[in-house]
Amino acid sequence: MIKFFLMVNKQGQTRLSKYYENVDISKRAALEADVVKGCLSRRKDECSFVEYKDYKLVYRQYAALFIVVGITDTENELSIYELVHNFVEVLDKYFSRVSELDIMFNLDKVHIILDEMILNGHVVETNKSRILAPLLVLDKMVES
Amino acid sequence: MSDVVEKTLTALPGLLSLDSQTGAGKLSSTSKLGNLIRSITELTSKHDEEKLIKRELVAIKEQVSSPNTTMRQMKEMMVRSIYCEMLGYEADFSYIHAIKLAQQGAGLEKRVGYLAVSLFLNENHELLLLLVNTVLKDLQSTNLIEVCMALTVVSQMFPKDMIPAILPLVEEKLTHPKEIIRRKAVLALHKFYLIAPNQVQHIHSKFRKALCDKDPGVMAASLHIYLQMIKEGAEAYRELAGSFAAILRQVVGGKLPVEFNYHSVPAPWLQIQLLRILTLLGKDDQSTSELMYDVLDESLRRAEINHNITYAILFECVKAIYTIHPNAELMEKAAKCIGNFVLSPKINLKYLGLKALTYVVQQDANLALQHQMTIIECLDHSDRIIKRETLELLFRITNAQNVTVIVEKMLAFLRLCHEDYTIMDLVGKVAELAEKYAPDNRWFVETMSTVFSVGGDLMPPDIPTNFLRLLSEGSDSEEDDRQLRVYAVESYVSLLQTDPTHLPQRFLQVISWVRNTHTFTVFAQNSLSLEPYGLSLPISLSSCSIADRQSPTLLSISSGLSGNSTELLHRAGSGSLRLDGVKRKWGKDGYLAQREVPEEPSTPQETSTPAPQPSPQQGGALTPPSAEPSEEERDKQQLASSLFIGLSSQNSTCLMGKPEASSSQRFRRKQKNTDSASSSSGSSHSSRGANHFLYSSLLEEGPVSPIMLTQNSVAQPKHKEANSTLSEGDMPFLPAANGLAEGHDPEAPASLMLANEALSSAGGGARDSPSLMGGMELVQPCPLTPDPSHRSLSSHLPPELQNLPCSDCASLASDGCLALSCCRVHREDALVLVLLMANTGGATLLDVSVELQCPQLKVASLRGNALESLPSQSVSVCWYTLLMEEPHTHVEVTGSLSYRKECGASHTPDISASHTLDISTRLSLAHFLRPLVLSTEEYGKLWLSVSQDVKQNIQLLDPDRDPLRSSLTALQDKLQLHIVDIIGSEGIAACQLLRRGPCLLHCRVHAGVLALWLRSPVPGLPDGLLYHCQRALQER
Repeated sequence: MIKFFLMVNKQGQTRLSKYYENVDISKRAALEADVVKGCLSRRKDECSFVEYKDYKLVYRQYAALFIVVGITDTENELSIYELVHNFVEVLDKYFSRVSELDIMFNLDKVHIILDEMILNGHVVETNKSRILAPLLVLDKMVES
Repeated sequence: MSDVVEKTLTALPGLLSLDSQTGAGKLSSTSKLGNLIRSITELTSKHDEEKLIKRELVAIKEQVSSPNTTMRQMKEMMVRSIYCEMLGYEADFSYIHAIKLAQQGAGLEKRVGYLAVSLFLNENHELLLLLVNTVLKDLQSTNLIEVCMALTVVSQMFPKDMIPAILPLVEEKLTHPKEIIRRKAVLALHKFYLIAPNQVQHIHSKFRKALCDKDPGVMAASLHIYLQMIKEGAEAYRELAGSFAAILRQVVGGKLPVEFNYHSVPAPWLQIQLLRILTLLGKDDQSTSELMYDVLDESLRRAEINHNITYAILFECVKAIYTIHPNAELMEKAAKCIGNFVLSPKINLKYLGLKALTYVVQQDANLALQHQMTIIECLDHSDRIIKRETLELLFRITNAQNVTVIVEKMLAFLRLCHEDYTIMDLVGKVAELAEKYAPDNRWFVETMSTVFSVGGDLMPPDIPTNFLRLLSEGSDSEEDDRQLRVYAVESYVSLLQTDPTHLPQRFLQVISWVRNTHTFTVFAQNSLSLEPYGLSLPISLSSCSIADRQSPTLLSISSGLSGNSTELLHRAGSGSLRLDGVKRKWGKDGYLAQREVPEEPSTPQETSTPAPQPSPQQGGALTPPSAEPSEEERDKQQLASSLFIGLSSQNSTCLMGKPEASSSQRFRRKQKNTDSASSSSGSSHSSRGANHFLYSSLLEEGPVSPIMLTQNSVAQPKHKEANSTLSEGDMPFLPAANGLAEGHDPEAPASLMLANEALSSAGGGARDSPSLMGGMELVQPCPLTPDPSHRSLSSHLPPELQNLPCSDCASLASDGCLALSCCRVHREDALVLVLLMANTGGATLLDVSVELQCPQLKVASLRGNALESLPSQSVSVCWYTLLMEEPHTHVEVTGSLSYRKECGASHTPDISASHTLDISTRLSLAHFLRPLVLSTEEYGKLWLSVSQDVKQNIQLLDPDRDPLRSSLTALQDKLQLHIVDIIGSEGIAACQLLRRGPCLLHCRVHAGVLALWLRSPVPGLPDGLLYHCQRALQER
C-alpha cells in the first residue's frame, strides 16, 4: 500500500505532496525533510529504495526533481518505481515535455492526474489515456 | 521516454523566466498564483518562507470571504491555499470555501473544490457532512464529468454514517453505459467496503457482476474489493480462483487493448494485482493451487522483456509460487528467477532478490545456501539498504550454530546506525536471537549489554523486561542460573567501574536492578517485582510488528528440558519440511552439482589430500582444502561456513508472531548438544533416541544377570580356546554384526533393521526400569550350572544388549585364574564395550574391579565394574557405553583389572594376593558410526549446509564389474554407511558419528579410480572417515 506521494526538488522544497493516511499537517514538514535527506544523500549507484521508519521509500530522480513514494513493506518496490515513471510519462504527455514549473503552475491538475492513478493508497489506473480523459474533458469545458 | 523527461527537466533553470512557459494550462505570470509560485521559487530561507506564506494567508483570507469573489478567483485561491498547506501552514479558514467551491463551481472549478476538500480534510472532519448534499446532487447530474467528480471524492473520503444516503445512487451507476462511471462506482464501493463493510454486504452479487464486466478497467477496479475480501477470508472465494487465473491468462496473453500496455508489457499492475489474489487463494489449498500452476508458468515464461516492470511481475510470481501449494517445477523456475535477481548487477534487482530470498528462505533454506557467497558480499555492500535487507535474511536463518556470527554482524550494523526505527527493530531481533540461541552465559550477558548500550532509551521495553525475568526466574539448572547471575553482576560491576555516564538510562536501571537483586539476595529464585526504581517495563510485544519477528516457537518450547531436547524438536519440526516440492536434485552432473560450483570457487575439483588427517579445528569455520584461494576468498569462505552452518536442519521455523513474553521462549543455555541436532535422520527413531538420552542419566541400563560359565569352557583352561567357545558357539543366534570388522554378513541391512527394533524396545525397557544407583550390587555372580544351553555369548549379554549387532569376542587378557574378553555391541545410540570376566580357576575371586581409560572417548555409563566376589567357574559381565566426541581414526582404550584370590577355605582375605591384569584394546572411528538414513533431497540440503570437506581418489574394487556398486557395498558393510542413491557413475551415502553429526559421501567413478568427496559439519570427521574408506577398500 502507498502511504504518501511526494515531489521534492534538490533544494528540499516540496512541489507536491499527497498523503493516503492521515498525517497531521504540523508533522508533514519534518517528515518531508527527513525523506528528502534520506534520498538526497544517496549515490546514483545505490538502490532506489530506502528504509524510513516502518515504511519503505521508493524514489526516482528526474533532473532536479525527486519523486518519493512511501509504501508499506508488503508493497512491491519495483512496481512502484515504475508507477512513478508511468506517472511522469502521463505528465509528459499532458504537458508535452513536462518541467518542474509545469508542475508548480498546475498543481491542481497534477493532483487531478494523481487522483486518477492512486486512490486510498491503491493503484487504480495506469492506462494513460484513461488517466487523462476526465482532465481533458474539463480542459475542453474551460476553453468553450 | 525517461531520457526525454530528464532532458526537459535539466533545462529547467532556463525555464525559470516565466515568459518561456509553454504547455497546456498556462498561467498568466501576473496572476496572484503566479506571483506566489515565483516567490516560492526564490525563497532562500525558512524565515523568508514563513513571512511570505503568512502574508499570503492573510491576503487569501481577506479576499475569500468577499461576496464579489468569482468562482474562478475562488479556484485560484484554493490552489494558493493548497500551496500554503503543502508548505506546512494551516489554512483552515479556507476549508469551508473549498466545500462551497465544490458546490457552486462548474467544471474545473468544481473539480478543484473537491480536490481542495480531499487535501484539506481528513475522514473524520465534521465539515465533510456539508459535502454530502453536493455529492448527492452531482451523482444525479446529467453532466457525466460531475458524476465522475462526485464518485472520485466519494472514493477518497466520505462520512461513514452517510453512506446509506448515497449508496442507491452509487449502485445505480454500476450499470451505467459509460465504463468510467461504472469503474468509479466500483471504486466508491471499494471505499465503502473499507470503511463500513456491512453497509455493502448485500451487494456482493454486484461485485461479481463488476468482475465480469466487459470493460477491463471495471474488472480491474473490482479486484481491489476482491483482494480486500480475500485477505479477510479466502475460503468463500476459492471457487473464483479459476476465473482469476483465466483473467490473468488473458492479460498475460495480450488480449487487452494495446493502450493498457506499459512499455510493451500488458497491464503490468493488473497482472500484479491478480497474482496477489491468486497467492492468497492458493495458500494452504492444493486443489486451488493446481488451478493456477499453468498461468503462473506462463507468467514466468512471458516475462522475458528486460524491463523493470517485468521484474516487478516476476517478483510477484515468485512470491505466489512459494506461498501456494508447492509445485516442484515452478519452484525450480522461481528459484532460478531469484538467482537472476540476486546475481544481477542492477542494484534494485539485487535488492529485490534479497527480499525474495528473505521471503522464501523459511520454506527453502537451500536457496540461501546456494547464494551464500552473494549474501556475504551483500553483507559488506556499500549500500546500507542492501546490508539491512541481508541482515533481515540472516535473521531468518539463524540457528544455534551460527548465532554468534549473525549477531555480531547485526551489532556491527547497529553501532553505525543512527536511525531510530532501525535501531529499535534490530535490537529487538538481536535480543530475540540471544535469548533463543545463546551458546553460553557470558556471551548472552555481553550481547545483552551491547543491546542495552546501543538500544538505549529507544529500546522496546519488553527487551529489558524479558532479560530481567530470565535472570530472576532462571531455568531448571540452578548452577547455570547462578553462573548467569554471577556473570551479569561481574560484568556490570566492571562496566560501572569505567565510565557509567555514557550508559543509557534504561541500561543503568537494568544494572542497578541486577546488582541490587542478585548481589544481595544471593540468587533468590523467587519471582520478583519487575518494576524497581520506577522502571516501567510492561510485558508486552515490542513495537516491532509481529510478522517481522519470526519466531521458531517449536525450538524454544523445549528449553526447559535439556539441551538435547532441541534435537527432538528439530526432528519434530522437520516433519513439516516441504520436501515434496523440492525437485530431485539429480542431473547428469550429479545432485546439485551445477549449483555448487559457483559457490565454492576455491574448491579444487580433484585435490589429493594425505589420508588420515584428523583436523583439530573447531566450530565449523574450516575452509575446505583448496588450491591457493585468495585471502579475501578464504575469509568469505570462512564466513560462509560459519553463517550457513546447520541451515538445512533448521526448517522448523514458524512464521507466527513472538509468543507471549518469555513464557515459552526461554533462554536456552545448554547448547552443547545442539550439534547433534543435525546428526540424525529425521525419522521417529531419532526422537526416541533423544528421549533415551534424556533419560539415560537417570536410568542407565537395566539389571544384569551374570551367567555361569559352562562346563565346556571350564574344561578349556587356555583363554584362547575359552574365547572361541564363547564366540563361536552360538553365533548363528546372534544378529550378524553389520560389517563389523571381520564378520561380514550379506544380509546385513535386514539384521540391522531388526537391531533397530530391538534397540527401541530395549530403550523402552530401560526407561521403565526402576532407578538404579551405582549398580554394583546387582552384578551378583551366579553359581555354576552345568546347563549347556547357557554357553552362548548372547546369553551372557544383558537382555537389552541381546539381539543387537555385535562383534566377535576377543580375548583381552588372562592369567591362570581369570580370563578377560570383550566384545563390542553396536547399539544405535552408542558403542557398548562389554567385558566378560570368567573365573577359570578354582578359587573365588574377591574385589574384582575394572578400570578403563581413554581420554579421547566419553564414557557415558558403566556398569558392573566392581564385584565383591566372583565364584569359581562363573562369568560376570560389565560394560561401558562409549561415545567418541571428537573424531579420531583410532583410539586406544587402556585399563586394568584387579582382583584378589580368596585363600583356601578360610574367608579371610589374603591381602598379599592382589593381582592385576592390564587391558588394552583398540577402537576405531568406524565403531562409532551409524548409518544415516535420509532421502536424496535431504542429502542435497545437508550437503550444501556443511563445511568440513575433503576429497581424494582411491582405488576401486572390481574395476571390471560394476565397480561403484561393489565399492559402495563394501563401504556400507564395513563402515555402516547408508547408501542414499546410486545413479550412473555416481553414488551418495551417509553416516553419522554418534551424537556428533553426519558425514556425507559422494563417490564418482572416474578414470578407473573412485573419487571420494566427504563433507560433514564435524571437524575432522571427513578426514577420519576417508582413512577408513581407504582401509575398507584396500582390505578387500
